[in-house]
Amino acid sequence: MTGTPSSVPGAISQAVPPPVSEPTARHQIRVTINGSDVAAEVESRLLLADFLRHRVGLTGTHLGCEQGSCGACTVLVDGAAVRSCLMLAPQVDGREIRTVESLAEPDGPLSVIQEAFTNQHGLQCGFCTPGFLCSLTAFAEEAEEDGRDISESDLDAQLDSSFCRCTGYVNIRRAAREAFGFDSGDTHG
Amino acid sequence: MAESSDNGPTVKTPFIGQSRLRVEDDRLLRGDARFVDDLDIPGALEVAFLRSQFAHARIDRIDIAAALESPGVVAVYDGNFVSGHIKPLLNAEELRVPPGIAALNPVNKLQPAPILATDEVNYVGQPVAMVIAESRYLAEDAVELIEVDYHELPAVMDPEAALLADAPLALLGEDNNVGVHVRHGVGDVDLALSSAAVVVEETFATQRYVCAPMEPRGLVARNDPFTEALTVWSTTQTPHRVRDHIAESIGISSDQVRVQSVDVGGGFGQKGILVVEELLIPFAARDLGRTVRWIADRYENLTADAHAREQIHHITLGADADGRLVAVRDNIIVNLGNRNMVGLVVPYNALCHLVGPYRAPNVDIETTGVLTNTTYTSPYRGAGRPEATFAMERAMDRLALELDLEPSELRRRNLITADEMPYRTGILDRRGVPQEYDSGDYPQMLDRAVEMIDLDSVRAAQATVSTGQSHDRSTTWRGIGFAMYLEMTGLGPFEGARAEVTPAGRIRLFTGAPSQGQGHRTVFPQILADALGVRPDQIDVVAGDTDTIPYGVGTIASRALVTAGNAAHQAGINLRARILEAAAEVLEANPADLDMADGIVSIAGSPSVELPLADLIRSIPKQLGGSGSDGLGETSYFQPPNYATASGVHAAVIDVEPSTGRVTIVDYVVVHEAGHIVNPMIADAQVVGGVGQGIGGILCEHMQYDDRGQPLASTFADYLMPVASMVPDIRMDEIVCPSPTNPLGVKGLGEGGAVGPPAAIANAVEDALRNAGRTDIVIASGPLSPSRVLDLLREERHPSP
Repeated sequence: MTGTPSSVPGAISQAVPPPVSEPTARHQIRVTINGSDVAAEVESRLLLADFLRHRVGLTGTHLGCEQGSCGACTVLVDGAAVRSCLMLAPQVDGREIRTVESLAEPDGPLSVIQEAFTNQHGLQCGFCTPGFLCSLTAFAEEAEEDGRDISESDLDAQLDSSFCRCTGYVNIRRAAREAFGFDSGDTHG
Repeated sequence: MAESSDNGPTVKTPFIGQSRLRVEDDRLLRGDARFVDDLDIPGALEVAFLRSQFAHARIDRIDIAAALESPGVVAVYDGNFVSGHIKPLLNAEELRVPPGIAALNPVNKLQPAPILATDEVNYVGQPVAMVIAESRYLAEDAVELIEVDYHELPAVMDPEAALLADAPLALLGEDNNVGVHVRHGVGDVDLALSSAAVVVEETFATQRYVCAPMEPRGLVARNDPFTEALTVWSTTQTPHRVRDHIAESIGISSDQVRVQSVDVGGGFGQKGILVVEELLIPFAARDLGRTVRWIADRYENLTADAHAREQIHHITLGADADGRLVAVRDNIIVNLGNRNMVGLVVPYNALCHLVGPYRAPNVDIETTGVLTNTTYTSPYRGAGRPEATFAMERAMDRLALELDLEPSELRRRNLITADEMPYRTGILDRRGVPQEYDSGDYPQMLDRAVEMIDLDSVRAAQATVSTGQSHDRSTTWRGIGFAMYLEMTGLGPFEGARAEVTPAGRIRLFTGAPSQGQGHRTVFPQILADALGVRPDQIDVVAGDTDTIPYGVGTIASRALVTAGNAAHQAGINLRARILEAAAEVLEANPADLDMADGIVSIAGSPSVELPLADLIRSIPKQLGGSGSDGLGETSYFQPPNYATASGVHAAVIDVEPSTGRVTIVDYVVVHEAGHIVNPMIADAQVVGGVGQGIGGILCEHMQYDDRGQPLASTFADYLMPVASMVPDIRMDEIVCPSPTNPLGVKGLGEGGAVGPPAAIANAVEDALRNAGRTDIVIASGPLSPSRVLDLLREERHPSP
């Protein structure tokens, strides 16, 4: 996990400072990212996605449109799936962020959802994948918190939250079905 | 494949044919990918472009002074400056006309693109100035401060309007708006049509799409003072071409340029052609002595990168009373955009794939590539075939209607049979030599598709449908449609592979064909492992790094498996022989008695003797002179002698909701043929991915311009992409007709999936409407969005011809 802040609980790491001469107001923020405290000075207009990618070094979050449509940049903010291209860095002061890098321990096994994506060949170029993974992770956690069962059609509807240009979605749907305990319909065993 | 060719030992092939999970996935799933924008290079500068707001204008003045003073700005380049340092852009490889095609007297105008506009802009999105700053934010701030005085000129966006005598010129200085023209055929179409029992004449068009890979184009260029060379990390599909082009354009040796592929987030053709930004960023890195990064944003991707697909076909089919084709005529209009960027590639692909799997003794196809004041165009997955297939397969359905034949039956009567292979069509292929389909069994594919989609049940269900328009939401109209196509895959001229034993005793495979998601790190080792006698997990792939293999073409045109795959196979056979020879010396044994499995050399009859590759490579003497003293490595290049022609049938069952215009795909079947399959899981997924793009194309995607040339889609909110709920689980079957054109018997299949859906679904929708009584509606083009279908239903009925 290149560029990940220190994972020692309670430690505060300083994100890379802004480049020269950014002519907008600055804000001091403290935010928990993947379990680590991060303190940073950020400009008013800095996108959360750019903060995560270029200041904190967590490049697993990808920008596919910067317009809130494609879902590739989805991260979890206080447990909710958020398009990190539609949120500004100053808005996350005091909040807890999780990115794709947090879904599995660096040397540990993949999460159930990640594992299903590889089993079902649910990714090709992999650019949109972190968005799907974060979106499905939030979806699963929210349902669990609410004690709610997820139906297959709920799951199908959730998949419309992100774009994928490579897979035609069929294997993403299979992966999601496998991860959520439904019959994947896989034909390759 | 059971055995290898003559010049190698007998090789078992346990890994080819296995659905092995991808070795790429773990990194990608953990967020550890390295896409271009993920490269962590301290001090890298970032770029923003000022792009033309006008479709056609004269530039009277550019003032960059204020931008230069903007905070964080390091440099601002305009066209006048860079034109003295970088040659205008030409996609030389794509614009080359083979001698056989040249004999057809084609028009193929060379229209180099200015690196940055100087006195004229020809489309909205054309780069006018380049700002380099400490961050993209700061660069975009400065772009706002550049002043440009434009004088708007007449513009033309419609390709047919552009062909009229009084049309404005899209590109000043040209005589007309024709960029490409060629006419080619066989037999006497006029004569055949005059005696045909049935003639249908229709116009079918494919609208403008954008490839829109999820990762837009981007590159990082670093000038290294130590080596005095440029390193360019790029999203390109063709690293060697980019290397040569950078060197040629900025006037340095290709030895001073290294282009390296990293993780690439989809390409589909948009990243397969050379664009001016790929020259400007390396130039700036050299000029400034700083690392420079440019990543297109989605606005740039949709409005200023290549578009594709826009074609109009005025097609005529003639048939005898039994429905056998006697003549095919087509007048194809291709909207090239603002200049001829890639020559005959798409227009000629459309021409030579139009008739496809059918026998047609008389063919006359004219194709005209037209300049308009729209962004330039590139091949997009299928590159002319989806467009041609849309025209041909829609026309076949219209012909079936005239003849009162089941559309699948009309197709069956016209299919070239397996017995006729190899089949010569009588026209020239893209290389300018007689077009020859190497292998295939089109009737068998069609039979299987008809059975899988259960045509009879669909027809039975249709018999109970209520006719006439209904406003009841529960009413749906069911339709079924087929589309057949073929694709001549494995484009040359060559691709290479170098396989070598590393000092650690592993195998490294180098090739010029990088992956944009196709899984080359998984598939190529399956091939090489079989040829060598090692396991795939003992092989590492380095693809698309120009410093590791000197020559290469790239991953375009369904070619990587055929060309790089066979090169890897041959390199593996040669390397295995070298390994066994070297091991024979070390073990003092006869090479014929040696075998290698799992990377361990053994002697027949002496089970105690084992020589792992790591030990063998250490034993190779490093000595002066003599072949092989440099270790164990073999390079092979594969030049395909002919195309490997893959084929497919798509069958769609759809429901139209007349109250809303919504089209839902109920069932979708693909039966395809692509020779031997190396990794069925990946192969199927390539096909399905193409189907997803084809479904997007026929149901929602549309890149439109208004009448002043302003793009009407500049975000994903208005360029509508397909989403998961639009694509059903695709049911697949395949037949295998190994290609005789290459030792592995493989064919390319990256593009095929995208070819069928527009025609199959449009045929199904028209079938549904006709079955519901709307026999007057001819679906001439996509996208079949709900609003468009409602418009079709509201159109005044006109009598059937």
